[in-house]
Amino acid sequence: MHGRVKIKSTAQQEEEKRKEREKKLKIYVAARDACFSKRNEGVWDDEALQLTQQLLSSNPDFATLWNYRREILMHLETVKDEDEVQKIYEAELSFLESCLKVNPKSYGSWHHRGWVSARLPRPDWARELSLCDRCLSLDDRNFHCWDYRRMVVKMSGVPVDQELAFTDRLIGSNFSNYSSWHYRSTLLPLLHPESPEPPSPCREPPQTSPPPSPQTHSHRVCEEQLLKEYELVQNAFFTDPNDQSAWFYYRWLLGRAEREEMISCVYVSRDEERVAVAFSRPVNAQSVGLLLVLDGQPQRVEWRSVHPRFKHSPVWICDLPPGTINDISNEHNLTVHWTEKHTHRDCALYTGRAESWCRDSATDQELFRSELSVEKTSVLQSELQSVNQLQELEPLNKWCLLTIILLMRALDPLGYEKETLAHFQTLKEVDSMRSAYYSDLCSKFMIENTILKMEYAEVRVFSISDKNLTTLCHLDQLLLVTHINLSSNQLQQLPPQFAMLQCLEVLEADNNSIENLEGVYHLPKLEEVLLKNNKISTLADLQPLASCPKLKRLDLRGNPVAQTLNVESELAELLPSVTDLLL
Amino acid sequence: MAAEDLPSEFDVVILGTGLAESVVAAACSRVGQRVLHVDRRSYYAANWASFTFNGLLTWIQQHQVKEAQDWSSLLEEGEELIYLSSSDSASISNLQVFCYTSEEDEEEEAQRPDAPNTTEEESEAADEDAVKETSETESSEGEEPEADQPHLSPAASQSEPTRKKISYAQLVKEGRRFNIDLVSKLMYSRGSLVDLLIKSNVSRYAEFKNVTRILTYRHGNVEQVPCSRADVFASRQLSVVEKRKLMRFLTSCVEETEEHQAYNGRPYLEFLCDQQLSDNLQHFLLHSIAMATEDTPTEEGLASTRHFLRCLGRYGNTPFLFPVYGLGEIPQCFSQVELLSPPLPVSLQVSMVTVPPIAAGRPAVRMVELSPSTMTCIPGTYLVHLTCQSVGSAYEDLSPVVTRMFRTPESHDRGKNCPSVLWCLYFNMADGSGAEPEDHDLPSNVFVCSGPDAGLGHDHAIRQAESIFQKILPEEDFCPPAPNPEDIIYDGDNGSSSTAGGEEEAQEEAQEEAQEEAQEEAREEAQEEAREEPQEEKEVLEEASPPAEE
Repeated sequence: MHGRVKIKSTAQQEEEKRKEREKKLKIYVAARDACFSKRNEGVWDDEALQLTQQLLSSNPDFATLWNYRREILMHLETVKDEDEVQKIYEAELSFLESCLKVNPKSYGSWHHRGWVSARLPRPDWARELSLCDRCLSLDDRNFHCWDYRRMVVKMSGVPVDQELAFTDRLIGSNFSNYSSWHYRSTLLPLLHPESPEPPSPCREPPQTSPPPSPQTHSHRVCEEQLLKEYELVQNAFFTDPNDQSAWFYYRWLLGRAEREEMISCVYVSRDEERVAVAFSRPVNAQSVGLLLVLDGQPQRVEWRSVHPRFKHSPVWICDLPPGTINDISNEHNLTVHWTEKHTHRDCALYTGRAESWCRDSATDQELFRSELSVEKTSVLQSELQSVNQLQELEPLNKWCLLTIILLMRALDPLGYEKETLAHFQTLKEVDSMRSAYYSDLCSKFMIENTILKMEYAEVRVFSISDKNLTTLCHLDQLLLVTHINLSSNQLQQLPPQFAMLQCLEVLEADNNSIENLEGVYHLPKLEEVLLKNNKISTLADLQPLASCPKLKRLDLRGNPVAQTLNVESELAELLPSVTDLLL
Repeated sequence: MAAEDLPSEFDVVILGTGLAESVVAAACSRVGQRVLHVDRRSYYAANWASFTFNGLLTWIQQHQVKEAQDWSSLLEEGEELIYLSSSDSASISNLQVFCYTSEEDEEEEAQRPDAPNTTEEESEAADEDAVKETSETESSEGEEPEADQPHLSPAASQSEPTRKKISYAQLVKEGRRFNIDLVSKLMYSRGSLVDLLIKSNVSRYAEFKNVTRILTYRHGNVEQVPCSRADVFASRQLSVVEKRKLMRFLTSCVEETEEHQAYNGRPYLEFLCDQQLSDNLQHFLLHSIAMATEDTPTEEGLASTRHFLRCLGRYGNTPFLFPVYGLGEIPQCFSQVELLSPPLPVSLQVSMVTVPPIAAGRPAVRMVELSPSTMTCIPGTYLVHLTCQSVGSAYEDLSPVVTRMFRTPESHDRGKNCPSVLWCLYFNMADGSGAEPEDHDLPSNVFVCSGPDAGLGHDHAIRQAESIFQKILPEEDFCPPAPNPEDIIYDGDNGSSSTAGGEEEAQEEAQEEAQEEAQEEAREEAQEEAREEPQEEKEVLEEASPPAEE
């Protein structure tokens, strides 16, 4: 009977598909070879244009063909008049549209579209914008399209407020969209910049400090708008606290202050005739124009970082010519100029003193609070309240816990220490995949708190034992420390940064898992190193200690290396200054 | 086709073109049965029908005729008069019409600076012994919404300070542009009707609009019900803590837990109270999402909440779809659906409004407001259906709600900011879910479909159709997927359909022959298929089941 429906068997369908594929492949390969040989011959004709078009419409990710196509188009630009070029490029755009329909996430197609749009004699940006909007309405997270859209917006000068409204719309329909939030973060500072005067009565450093550079807060947003954004993003993370994009945006809103670029400390030692300088960020002192003036005389000195590993470092040292300051009855005035930043720091070495320094302490700078730069405590306090509210509803949400920790640190790092530690404990349990990250972060915060406590006490002893430290950081802040106690933590190494402790005399690090002493390197005053119950296994691991000239006492009990054959004689040879060795 | 060419033998005869009947007819012809589908009415779809304004007026007239026509003079010797047509009139009662607009065109009402609104209402009625259902329809013209609140029918344009009120004459004149359904239903986007349309793989021919928002009437205001993630995020009336609680509740509903089971048999409202949800969350969840009453047991409330949530986000921000040109389309073109809908501009909202009982003993009212984008009413008006389980007559049950939410002469000052009613029809219709086929003493090969039920979705009718189909043809699949057009081989075309041209020829040939052999082929579909020019894909479908009646 005619017209009856029969369904083809699957085997039959498969066979047909296979044949189809074979046929396609043959055509494809032939066209590809033709293209390559034409390009080798340097032919830029219409046929090549057609061949590449044929290939690219089935495979828009063939970068070489796009390149060839651009070569042809650039050639045509030189031989055709403007109207013809316009026509060619418009045809190119409609061809690209069909490519994007095949694969809306093709790098090649989007890149080529950007290239064509930029070369089009009379571009129609409105059309390009509507193309992007259509594309984003199909997939609001197509980052290729986002990239291209940014270019279109830039070229066509779409007003910023219109773009902000665009992100409103996209976030409204689905707030799980990094691109929209990120775009917002670039638009807001343009539309609602922070007022130029400093937002809070930041305590001025005691010394005269240079005026804040105009760039310091350029990415910040005025407070009124900031409050609106807090509300918006809170709506998102209360609606879905497991969505990361809102939390990341929130982190951005809470912000990070950029530290002012300055010389934070100058230290001078009469014995070693050495000057150490600490900067607020890692620099390369050899190239930033650092100038040392001693008693009015510029000195020719060799700046070096504390460890050969570092090209950039926050701490740099130099040796003065022998005999310059070693007479204890002399007073000296020292100035370090950072000519590039038009800033300097003075330091006076008085009669009868073996050393001297001049600095801003971490407490003076509110250093560790500025991780979140919303300086208004009231704002932060109310933010903490709402996030705490969320935490009551979602006690095991990691983003919520982490945000609470950050807010607490911004508000009162020492006052909230106990709560912070408890939240870290919960975090490690609910997000065990990242427990090492949380441990490191917690270590960082514990170190910051200890630095603050030390500086409030105005001592040079840094003691942080039994705090589950897994990592060391902020060591540039410990330039003046003479005695450090790191016992009973989970440290595995003393990293190269450890060499910044230029004044260190006693190092206590019993009961850790240290197997690497790389950072105990050229510490001129170090006399005592206590490393009981660690994991130092070979003599080679102890090699860095040989660079510390004053080392007298070394405790290696409970380390594998203590069991090595002839360890005592080997050590005597390696560390001749050590007189008190415990194995 | 001339009468003598019609087939004379059938496997299945279906009387009436209601939804269940049409689905049974389509299902039977899909599996190769010869089906005769007839309806004694001059219009399609019985109480599922959709009318133009003029068609509705005729329908009202028919139902207002009290006296049955006297046919006795026509009786011949030995004949007895049997009344056949009592069913429709029995299912409709308490029909009342109100016209609030002027008969003729009016001059601009200059004394009203705010845009006047016009509303048109329509009502239908049917009673059954125990269950009564009332539904009422009304169309209204939009007005300026207040700043923050969602309002019914926001005006399309506020640019004109005064606008001509739409007159009755205009309604009649443009009456053909209305498609007014007798029953007010929405399609759950994962309901049995949509599933059936998709499953049978013929869901390409009708067009649907999303219901764009769900509203509720609370403390004298119309509020938007946040039901999707995006709604909750954007909602201004919920605090952030409420947002979290609502989202958490909705997420936790999806899977049945022991906690849920512990509430079996106890009211859903009690369960909601114990979840420490605020009053407005309880209101949204009970009345708008579960669409339950205060006595609904927890298991039922949770089941309908789950159904609501499953349907959410399949085609837009609410769980509901509405067929363009009205629900009357569905029985007619059962197998032709297009599920595509661009987002509507704000002025073209399609809203579902739940109105909880306004006083003890009053029914909960469900309201659907259709904008002109659904092709059910003319620009400048909205068509509003109000439906409830009846307590009294349609007018008694629904007019208090109408008076509160719209401006009518009875609403006095209250309706100042509300859209005004143009025309309004009240009636009761019998709840079809009450009519059990088993009640009738019928031969074993006769099955009875009931009229529309009171539910919001179409599940009852589809379930009924499936059960009847399975009684007729226990061995067959209920609406199996139609084959992919590419996979159809026509006898005699040797499978050489590699080129498009060849395929077309083959199709034409097949079509001609199919027509010649229509009787022999005996595949029929009780559907009108001639509304639009056939597309390529559709031709294939038609050949598979050539239309018999034109």
